[in-house]
Amino acid sequence: MTTAPTTTGAADTAAVRRAIASVERPPRPGRLSTSLTFGWRGMLKVKHVPEQLLDVTVTPVMFLLMFTYLFGGAIAGSTSAYLDYTLPGLLVMSVLFTTVYSGVSLNTDLTKGVVDRFRSLPIWRPAPLLGSLLGDSVRYVIAGTVIIVVGVALGYRPDAGVAGAVAALALVVVFSFGLSWVFSVLGLLLRSPNAVMNAGFMGIFPLTFLSNVFVDPSTLPGPLEAFVNVNPVSILATACRSLMDGEPDGEAIVVSLVVAALLAAIFLPITTRLYRSR
Amino acid sequence: MTTHAPLAIEATGLEKSFGDTRAVAGVDLAVPEGVIYGVLGPNGAGKTTTIRMLATLIAPDGGSARVLGHDIRTEGDAVRSQVSLTGQLASVDEELTGRENLILLGRLLGLSRAAAKSRADELLEAFGIAEASGRLVKHFSGGMRRRVDIAASIVVTPEVMFLDEPTTGLDPRSRNQVWEIARALAAEGTTILLCTQYLEEADQLASGIAVIDRGRVIAEGTPGQLKASVGGGALHVRLLDAERRPDAAAVLERTVGAVELPPDPAALVVASSDAERAAEGVAELARAGIGIAEFSLAQPSLDEVFLSLTGHVTDESEPTLEEQAS
Repeated sequence: MTTAPTTTGAADTAAVRRAIASVERPPRPGRLSTSLTFGWRGMLKVKHVPEQLLDVTVTPVMFLLMFTYLFGGAIAGSTSAYLDYTLPGLLVMSVLFTTVYSGVSLNTDLTKGVVDRFRSLPIWRPAPLLGSLLGDSVRYVIAGTVIIVVGVALGYRPDAGVAGAVAALALVVVFSFGLSWVFSVLGLLLRSPNAVMNAGFMGIFPLTFLSNVFVDPSTLPGPLEAFVNVNPVSILATACRSLMDGEPDGEAIVVSLVVAALLAAIFLPITTRLYRSR
Repeated sequence: MTTHAPLAIEATGLEKSFGDTRAVAGVDLAVPEGVIYGVLGPNGAGKTTTIRMLATLIAPDGGSARVLGHDIRTEGDAVRSQVSLTGQLASVDEELTGRENLILLGRLLGLSRAAAKSRADELLEAFGIAEASGRLVKHFSGGMRRRVDIAASIVVTPEVMFLDEPTTGLDPRSRNQVWEIARALAAEGTTILLCTQYLEEADQLASGIAVIDRGRVIAEGTPGQLKASVGGGALHVRLLDAERRPDAAAVLERTVGAVELPPDPAALVVASSDAERAAEGVAELARAGIGIAEFSLAQPSLDEVFLSLTGHVTDESEPTLEEQAS
């Protein structure tokens, strides 16, 4: 060697040795603290990769603008009447689209090897899953808020005011907690984040369109109407509409919550099992 | 030899299959505490699957293993609290910054918020990535990326560290840095199980090596023993003028040893691991006025080790086996 070794951008072996020697193993953190740390990770991701959020909010905002101004007059007589009808449904659509990302980000972790790092740590094993749910909920709230704000900007005024909008948003977020486990299972089963995205939207797209989000089901042919009426997305949209209109539909709200609980009861255990055995 | 030292890793007959493929078909390992132990083999030999079992990421189908005295089947939590995993499979989060990754791991291991932050800064400084600490890891270079991976594994210093192909794809300078870090860890008492497909890497770092092929350990020993079994290295010389090969052969025959003449008409090969004699031979060529285009004293390659141990060269026919395993 004729030149002095450069120190910038290189590991300093003496400092590495000091760093290795200078740490004592701390006591293990509790389950809640561990889960919250993973939640913090989820929020950092929202901060660093806001494009992800853009993907899922732009589509519903686009639908909001297109349907309101293109079809609103034809469907409901006027754009403002249609906006009143469709905005709560679009809120549902917007947040449900976001749930697909729970599976996509879980799959990304798997393909990138981050999951193996977490699984090799002495931590409570469901913590990464529960923590990511916390991060996801931030995404749900943002996606929902964007739709409501755009709706208000276009002239939508919920009869039940801010409280109604907040209640509807809360219901959709709770429902999404349940639904997101379905996509988590997909995320653990499929090979690539893209595959999860495609499969996820192949499911969620028809489910949201074949619902009462955009049109009154009574105008549909019989069998389709029957399907739309039992589609949980319709029921959730009905519940949200009722909350925002200030006339809460108890049955729709309860059914929405029960469906969410059922989804979680079925898919949460499958998720944890798959996560553990991957 | 450290035959009486307590064992950090002890595996007996470990087995794992994926479908019809036997990824690991009965691996025995005995790794003393405080050493770097190499597991050498080609892609698909079962190295990563073995590590994944020892780190309790997957359960073995058969056999048993203890890490620092803890059974990997029944005391997984105790194993996890003393080991860490670094390599191609266990990485950091690309969508966070280097600093955030280290803080995250510090918090998960039980450091307070302030302690996790100062630990992260200490490691970033020591590993030469302080300046880039605010950038997302996905924008890091390969060498920086590998260093942050290793830093993440020693947020709390592990008793046993699994290093899975730590230098694959790195340039020589970054590779040397990773080696320095591994040596520093071992010097501080961490036992390292190093999986690699490079004989040179195992030779540089490990005090003991197990050669693994098709899910089995086919040879074990010190790097010296292993190379001796292959017959050592060779001096390769390439002349400027092919016409002078007979003269060069005579010189090398005299100073180094028996000369082989490969198909390349300007090349000569002399079996030798003796660097001094090889250098002498090259100097003699120069003195005799024989122009040299290039020369090297090469160690036997993994291929040669395999050829000598198994009679077949490294089998790359199933390179995706390890990937399937994940």
